[in-house]
Amino acid sequence: MASTDVPAARRRPLSTLERELRGVWALVRRNFHLIRRYLGWEIVFLFYNVVNTLTIGLIGLALPAGAARNREVVYLAIGALLWNFLSILFQEVSNSVQWERWEGTIEYSFMAPIHRLTYLLGVCVWAVLYGLVRTLVVLVGVALFFHVSIARADLAGAGLVLLASSVPFIGLGLVAAILPLLSTERGAQATQVIQGVLLLISGVYYPVAVLPGWISWASVLSPATYTLEYVRNAVLNGASVSAVLPISGVLLLWGLVLIPVGLGLFMLAERHALRVGALKRNG
Amino acid sequence: MAGDPEQGVQGGNDVATVPDVLTPLNISADTPALRVMGVAKTFREKDPDTGRWRPVPAVAGLDLDVPRGEILGILGPNGSGKSTLIRLVATLLLADEGRVEVFGFDVERHRMLVRRLINRVSVEASFFKKLTAAENLAYATGLYGVPNRVAQVRAREILERLGLPAKKLIVPLEQLSRGQQQKVAIARALLTSPTLMLLDEPTTGLDPKSRREVQEFVLEVRATHDATIVISTHDMDEADRICDRVAIINAGQFAAIDRSDRLKARYGGHAGTMEQVFFTLIGEQLDEADQEEGGT
Ligand SMILES: Nc1ncnc2c1ncn2[C@@H]1O[C@H](COP(=O)(O)OP(=O)(O)OP(=O)(O)O)[C@@H](O)[C@H]1O
Ligand SMILES: [Mg+2]
Repeated sequence: MASTDVPAARRRPLSTLERELRGVWALVRRNFHLIRRYLGWEIVFLFYNVVNTLTIGLIGLALPAGAARNREVVYLAIGALLWNFLSILFQEVSNSVQWERWEGTIEYSFMAPIHRLTYLLGVCVWAVLYGLVRTLVVLVGVALFFHVSIARADLAGAGLVLLASSVPFIGLGLVAAILPLLSTERGAQATQVIQGVLLLISGVYYPVAVLPGWISWASVLSPATYTLEYVRNAVLNGASVSAVLPISGVLLLWGLVLIPVGLGLFMLAERHALRVGALKRNG
Repeated sequence: MAGDPEQGVQGGNDVATVPDVLTPLNISADTPALRVMGVAKTFREKDPDTGRWRPVPAVAGLDLDVPRGEILGILGPNGSGKSTLIRLVATLLLADEGRVEVFGFDVERHRMLVRRLINRVSVEASFFKKLTAAENLAYATGLYGVPNRVAQVRAREILERLGLPAKKLIVPLEQLSRGQQQKVAIARALLTSPTLMLLDEPTTGLDPKSRREVQEFVLEVRATHDATIVISTHDMDEADRICDRVAIINAGQFAAIDRSDRLKARYGGHAGTMEQVFFTLIGEQLDEADQEEGGT
């Protein structure tokens, strides 16, 4: 049934990939615009981040001068920096839905013809970029403030662990993003609770061995436990890329399981929201 | 639809370029733009007194065909199901019963495809309030794959046409009046070149001049874009003026769907007004309603 009298498509139709990539870019750009608009807050938060990290490092300086003190400062600074990065990742991903709800744009974004995976990918790409930039700024602050030596550090090893552990953290963020989809306020509250638990069980500022018995078992469930342990190993003891390769593989695999699970759950939750009318009701 | 010249991004005074999305889909000309078949939707709500869930029927068995190129108006009292119907078409709600088809495609099974064919304007203009109109439009159209350069040029054309000066595009949206925001919302919908536009009370809260501008624009969009438009409104004159047919919905069911002149002849009483049609079809007397005024 070829129609002959209709002019052919006037503009080259976008390929699916091109369309989806533009979607990712649209999200990243929007978040950048938001940061620019809330620049005052951004600077205040960053200032607080830097000071917070410094004060935690300063706890180490209370020790008598020497190698142990040096080590303690670095140990604490790594904890603060990593927590900074991972919590930004988690927050950005899980708050993405929350933002759109508050502004009321959620119906528009979810009505757009892009795959949910693409939407969430855009959110994740942004989260990683943003987390890295903010953490780097804090890192510069720390380096200028503490003149501690990390001569033994194997930075490539540390970088590998960090990279690998972003993946399960994005997965966790996706799972957490479901909560605001189901219930606006409760969702935001639950996200805070999850983040708090992760902070407690992952050994951010102490070895997980010091946790009381009733909770210490939970530390194995947090990917951050391994990130912290192995990044510290690389920076403090010079664990090389080959030494951290196995755990990086495990973290990556963990993420590769969590991400599809998170996405699947997200899509189920979205379906539920469309059924009960939870996206928005007035109008 | 005779030879409408090729329009470039930079060229022409056409309100926007129209990428032809329907032709490659091989949709025959007599396929209705929208077909609603026995659609029902009931929400659940917690009763504040008993704390128990109770059903809230929103739409109850709607049937509707909207041919291509038509402007269909939907009139009905508050809570009669207008927005629910529009959301069901817009893939923002799943129906309990029945089916919705857009250009012959089922909205559930071909969700992505349908989403490319439609867009919607809601009563409240929903935007990132701290971002400018230009930034909001960049985001919204980016999700549809529209290159930003194209979107910005077209946005300026459309908004100029709607009487919104270009300088309003670069201030935070919260600084725009409600009517101005609504115009940006209309541009947002149009920028993705929908072939079925769903307008949920697009002129509510606009001054008479802005309302006229939007109405003229809706007519223009239909004429230049081969678009089909479903518009809900509380403005009787608006329905009368711009709609080819008007559907009166009451308690989730259509009381009548017809051309407004026919509705007026049949239900308009002596006055022959749309207002009288409205009251007749929702089963109330005009003067009764006057006495009830002030109720929610
Ligand atoms: N998401 C939802 N959850 C629960 N109930 C809902 C939801 N959306 C709509 N309703 C209920 O369904 C009914 C129909 O609402 P709808 O918004 O479709 O009415 P409307 O005709 O658009 O009204 P208005 O003229 O005030 O915009 C109302 O009783 C409303 O309270
Ligand atoms: Mg409504």
